[in-house]
Amino acid sequence: MNIVIYDGSFEGLMTAVFEIYEYKIVQPNIVNSNKETGSLFGKVHEVHTNKDKTARVFKKLKDKLTPNAFSNLYKTFLSETREIENLLYRYIAYILSSNASVENDYSNPDVLALQQLSRKVHREKHRMEAFVRFQLTQDQLYFCLIQPDYNVLSLISKHFEKRYADQRWLIYDSRRKYGLYYDLKRVEEVSMRFENDFNDKAALKTICDEKEELYQKLWCIYFGSVNIAARKNMKLHIQHMPKRYWRYLTEKNNIN
Amino acid sequence: MSDRIKEKLNILADAAKYDVSCSSSGSNRKNKDKGLGNASNGICHAYTEDGRCVSLLKILLTNFCIYDCAYCVSRKSNDIKRAAFTVQEVVDLTINFYRRNYIEGLFLSSGIFTNADYTMERLVQVAKKLRLEHNFNGYIHLKAIPGASEELMKEAGKWADRLSINVEMPTEKSLALLAPDKKREDMIKPMQYLKQEILANKEEKKIFKKAPSFAPAGQSTQMVIGATPETDLEILYMANGFYKTMNMRRVYYSGYVPISNDNRLPAIGTPVPMIRENRLYQADWLMRFYGFKVNEIVDKQNPLLDIDIDPKLGWALRNMNLFPMDINTIDYQLLMRVPGIGIQSANKITAARKFSRMTWEHLKKIGISMNRAKYFIHTDSEFEKKDLQPLQIKQIIMQEGNSKYKPNFSSQLKMF
Ligand code: SF4
Repeated sequence: MNIVIYDGSFEGLMTAVFEIYEYKIVQPNIVNSNKETGSLFGKVHEVHTNKDKTARVFKKLKDKLTPNAFSNLYKTFLSETREIENLLYRYIAYILSSNASVENDYSNPDVLALQQLSRKVHREKHRMEAFVRFQLTQDQLYFCLIQPDYNVLSLISKHFEKRYADQRWLIYDSRRKYGLYYDLKRVEEVSMRFENDFNDKAALKTICDEKEELYQKLWCIYFGSVNIAARKNMKLHIQHMPKRYWRYLTEKNNIN
Repeated sequence: MSDRIKEKLNILADAAKYDVSCSSSGSNRKNKDKGLGNASNGICHAYTEDGRCVSLLKILLTNFCIYDCAYCVSRKSNDIKRAAFTVQEVVDLTINFYRRNYIEGLFLSSGIFTNADYTMERLVQVAKKLRLEHNFNGYIHLKAIPGASEELMKEAGKWADRLSINVEMPTEKSLALLAPDKKREDMIKPMQYLKQEILANKEEKKIFKKAPSFAPAGQSTQMVIGATPETDLEILYMANGFYKTMNMRRVYYSGYVPISNDNRLPAIGTPVPMIRENRLYQADWLMRFYGFKVNEIVDKQNPLLDIDIDPKLGWALRNMNLFPMDINTIDYQLLMRVPGIGIQSANKITAARKFSRMTWEHLKKIGISMNRAKYFIHTDSEFEKKDLQPLQIKQIIMQEGNSKYKPNFSSQLKMF
């Protein structure tokens, strides 16, 4: 095994792929330098993220892949699952080694795995577009905390920018400790420290707009009254809104 | 003041919930001049405890009504709390819910007060205010009030994404029995009018891209099922007719929730026909996306959908002479018809078999439901060889299957 260490960024990974070819590294095991990996045996090659090399890998891939399959590479990367680097490398190697287009060859386990993972990430993107619940602060900022399973902030940015073009908003990933902030002109990535726990009712009240509580209440009333008790089906309910998301959902934290 | 609005919302959301449509897709309204919202992707923001999607703020403007339709909670003779929103209250609720990402937009319906035009005019005002005063580009679905004037319909189409007129009952006879104030004709005529306007607008847009839209998400309708004795055959033929002749985007089937002791209707406590409703939606999908003709799903010999199994499996079991099919060669249209294979799996299989001959292992990995499909397909070397009769296959599949609707259904049955 030859160990290839990169900095955890997508560009870094693409540079790593480039260098595996460049230095003819056989049996590479790509490892994220930010992750605890235990002891590593084997020769170590360290990658320095390089724009040029990244661009060259992209170009090659764009020649071989449909735009959809190309964007799936990035989506899959955002899944942050174990061994994702090696899966992506094997996939890329397979794509580059074949003359025909093989992105739909689902009999190849890596092609299938990539497709399935990218769908999961895609689903998480949709969930976040659905489950964001903004709260309005006194200085008229709409803010929201989320904890997505996958690192999807970059994927939802466009959606919120287009939709909420006339209000300032902040969506913060409280697990990965960074967020998106829109200032009526553009979206920026921000990281900040919160002193308050925003699930704490009292703390929240001090920063929220005076109407905020009313609208949360109204939303909860609405959520309650559209339910048809005679049709109750909790299994279906939880399948659509898994419990792990409830923490930040206004209607699931009824402030009665 | 805030207590009153809470009470109104409680009453007027509660009264609106029996309209099952909650779709917010099919429009393509873009955000204009950095305003608020867009209506492009139809997101479900929440799910009720009965598992239905919450995408729109679905409310009545008022539940006062001059009519007395037996199946409706808002009927004149029903002794319930009444309330009415002002136009401004609906606008404020919509905007504030939308800004918090609770909803995709508004679905506004109403009981009929004073007369059809008076009611319709108020609905139109809400939509117009949202669009013009708030530059709101989210989704708006307005109920078109039967009997309202064509000018008002036209105005409504200018601001709304979707308009709907509910036929309410699958046949004219049932309508006459349960909603004696309503005439079928008052529903069909505006539908035809909307159909023409929508089509004309589409043509216009082909020539002038900038032409203002008219109900870009089209029209839909709903019928209550299980309140009256119609068969699935009657229901599905009627739906099919709406798709073919009215260009309906969607027909909704709303399982009757007993709300009245009226002896023309199922008694209070009768279970909601949820499985039947689900089967009707499945049948509807087969017609719209899987290329099934309505008479392949129900016919004179089989006027009722099988409650135990989905209509695609039902069709396959009635047509065993067509199976098993060779998974490596059958064309896409037939592939979609195999029980256990949906559109996505059919796409994957057609893509993958260009590279290698499919085996059961491949099919499993692709995610098709083999415990169904295996009776209907074969690969080069694999086939479920047991000589089984359709009825036996049905039983095996039912034993293995665990439907989302079963547990609920049986617990309801236990009550009786
Ligand atoms: S007209 Fe509409 S609101 Fe009035 S009773 Fe009939 S169905 Fe209900």
